[in-house]
Amino acid sequence: MKLLEIRNLQKSFGNLKVIKDFSMEVEEGQVVAIIGPSGSGKSTLLRCATMLETVDTGEIYYLGEPVVTTGPDGGAVYASHKKLKQIRQYYGLVFQNFNLFPHFSVIKNITDPLITVKKMQKPEALEIGRSLLKKMALSDKENAYPYELSGGQQQRVSIARALALSPKVLFFDEPTSALDPELTGEILKVMRDLAAERMTMVIVTHEMSFARDVADHVIFMDGGIIVEEGPPKQVINNPQNDRTKMFLNRFED
Amino acid sequence: MKLTVLLLELGKGLLVSVEIFTLTLLFSLPLGLFVSFGRMSRNFLLRNFIKLYISIMRGTPLILQLMVVYFGPYYIFGMSLSGYRFIATIIAFSINYAAYFAEIYRAGIESMPAGQYEAAKVLGYSRAQTFIKIILPQVIKRILPPVTNEVITLIKDTSLAFVISVPEMFTKAKAIASAQASMIPFIAAGVFYYVYNFIVAYIMEFFEKKLSYYK
Repeated sequence: MKLLEIRNLQKSFGNLKVIKDFSMEVEEGQVVAIIGPSGSGKSTLLRCATMLETVDTGEIYYLGEPVVTTGPDGGAVYASHKKLKQIRQYYGLVFQNFNLFPHFSVIKNITDPLITVKKMQKPEALEIGRSLLKKMALSDKENAYPYELSGGQQQRVSIARALALSPKVLFFDEPTSALDPELTGEILKVMRDLAAERMTMVIVTHEMSFARDVADHVIFMDGGIIVEEGPPKQVINNPQNDRTKMFLNRFED
Repeated sequence: MKLTVLLLELGKGLLVSVEIFTLTLLFSLPLGLFVSFGRMSRNFLLRNFIKLYISIMRGTPLILQLMVVYFGPYYIFGMSLSGYRFIATIIAFSINYAAYFAEIYRAGIESMPAGQYEAAKVLGYSRAQTFIKIILPQVIKRILPPVTNEVITLIKDTSLAFVISVPEMFTKAKAIASAQASMIPFIAAGVFYYVYNFIVAYIMEFFEKKLSYYK
């Protein structure tokens, strides 16, 4: 089943065209890695897909339900507020700099969205929160506050927070870029485990070996367009486009 | 005049000072929040109206504002001023302090990282839920030190009510001092103000400590 479909998305900031033309489809259970140099539009794309930015033109569908479509005048037409609120439940987003709520304990970071947004009873939310913390090997940090945790631990809490709402698609916006190499490993391990459980994921990353090992589909973006895409072995090990080759060369050794 | 009588008279004045202080905070703290919303509004007219209001409140002496609020209704509408003295004091202090609090709130709200709003939005929080559960508690922690500053200033500012003869502590001290040709009432009032401030500062510090459980 197609969980996400993006068609001919375009987005500018002022005169700067950040995304010139972008289309993709994400099937259930698929892991898509989006790679490319800084300023290629990867993060903006993720922000458009998660409704943190509005698109200029183009279409986005989750499970076939339209978020934004093209109006008769060619401009973007968003679905109703109510509809968008419902569609937001289909996805989660893990940020580069975690964005945990600093005034909430670790467990409350996970349970509060369940209680506030999903109107879940507290015991049920606690049960979900605790089992996710166990999965993230953070059971002993339940009552700690974010500032007391390492970057890797904070990122694992933020992954747990996103997973608690049981999204169908999980987006990652450079989830390891704010971490040192030692902590990067623990986050990549969590993501590998999720991939093994057939969690559908769209990952913007600079971790080439991770993209090659875990992704089913790799998209190389540059200058706001898809330069090359396909299975990781093809795009990463045997790139055809010169720009892809140049970009990947920097990651060798 | 015996010292006990003097202290009793000043004590009565102090009660009025405390009343002005408490009622001003009660009205200006929430009012300031709405003023800060207006100041940050996307509506051009509202935003600039609030900017003008804040500019006047901060740009003219509070003592003058007190007189305008008290005598204004008589000169403009011919309204009788009986029983209006205390109400005028609370109105003048509240709208003045709301302007200062509004700017403190605005600074606190605008200092919040966009990531907090974005995380809340993606998790499905509504705008009101985001403000009340995520933003406001963090803003309160950030603005507590500047709010403490204003609160302490307010204690001393209540003495300005003497200009419209509200029987608060300074008015009393001044009256007794002129009648007795003595400095003692002023010194005693000064000690009262200091102790009062000391207690309030201690309470504010307690709240700051209470909120230091996270960074």
